[in-house]
Amino acid sequence: MSGMTVIVKTVSSWVKVLIFLFGIYIILFGHLTPGGGFAGGVILASSYVLLMLAFGRRFVEENLPSSIASKLDCLGAFLFALLAILGLVLGGTFFANFLYQRYLPGEPFELVSGGTIPLANIAIGLKVGASLFLVIFALASFRYDGPTSEQKPAAQGTGQKE
Amino acid sequence: MTLFYILLVFMVIAAIIAVETKDLLSAVICVGAIGFGGSLMFLFLRAPDIAMTQIVVEVLGLIILIRATISRDLTFITGDREFVGTVASVVILFLIFMAGMRIFDALPEFGVPVFARVPETASQAYIARGLEDTGATNIVTSIYLDYRAYDTLGEATVLFTAVIGATVILRSQSRKRLEDPEL
Repeated sequence: MSGMTVIVKTVSSWVKVLIFLFGIYIILFGHLTPGGGFAGGVILASSYVLLMLAFGRRFVEENLPSSIASKLDCLGAFLFALLAILGLVLGGTFFANFLYQRYLPGEPFELVSGGTIPLANIAIGLKVGASLFLVIFALASFRYDGPTSEQKPAAQGTGQKE
Repeated sequence: MTLFYILLVFMVIAAIIAVETKDLLSAVICVGAIGFGGSLMFLFLRAPDIAMTQIVVEVLGLIILIRATISRDLTFITGDREFVGTVASVVILFLIFMAGMRIFDALPEFGVPVFARVPETASQAYIARGLEDTGATNIVTSIYLDYRAYDTLGEATVLFTAVIGATVILRSQSRKRLEDPEL
């Protein structure tokens, strides 16, 4: 579990920054170019998966503990719901694009445009990235926990027969 | 059109290999090949958003599956199929095939969706007024975060529930051990 060879560790320590930046770019420019919160969030999570494969689970656990990841997950969901409720309060309907309609129209093809859409993209990206990281982290750290020595070979034996 | 048929044959062959092979790792790689073909198909159909999401999720899922396959000892499937199960699956597949042939006649032509024929439908309104309604130049984003944001809210809820389920079921220590470290 302590990771792969030195070559993989060196290359992935360079590449991880580029992957993370690309994910942020995909999220931030989601309303202008192909992409968006979901794809960008998955790319953010995959940069951590690269770290997890190259350096081992402990390294990632020290960098981004699962408690912080779950807080980020909840923060993304909360921001998205908050945008919806702000649309209800300020714009009249649930999920109304109040920023574009009233306060900040912006020019098309500019980064600041589309009203609440970039903010919702950021919230979705945060949420998807953190939750996929949590799922993969839970899958990677899953171990058989219980009466190990006697029951486990027996269970495997029956599994092979079936 | 020839390209689509080549991709389709490639995906069908990969799917058959994924089902038929005994080696679990080869099956996982074949599933990845199916996803890659699907992503290429979306790209040639001018849907870069879906192609990007497909390839990214596919790569991530492939990594998880390969990791789960390699770390287990049981990578070779042994055992024969039951006769009744094979007959039942062949009959069901034949029925689905017959129903599909009937449905095939009613399908619109490839590349000409039903909604594009009528000008007053919602999809045509999205395409026509998407930029002035929302201000976002990527029309896919303007649909799924503005017109149909309820859908995205539901998707976020589904993901949230999935994460809760995964972290609860797959936690590394049982509840008794967390509460009572002496056990």
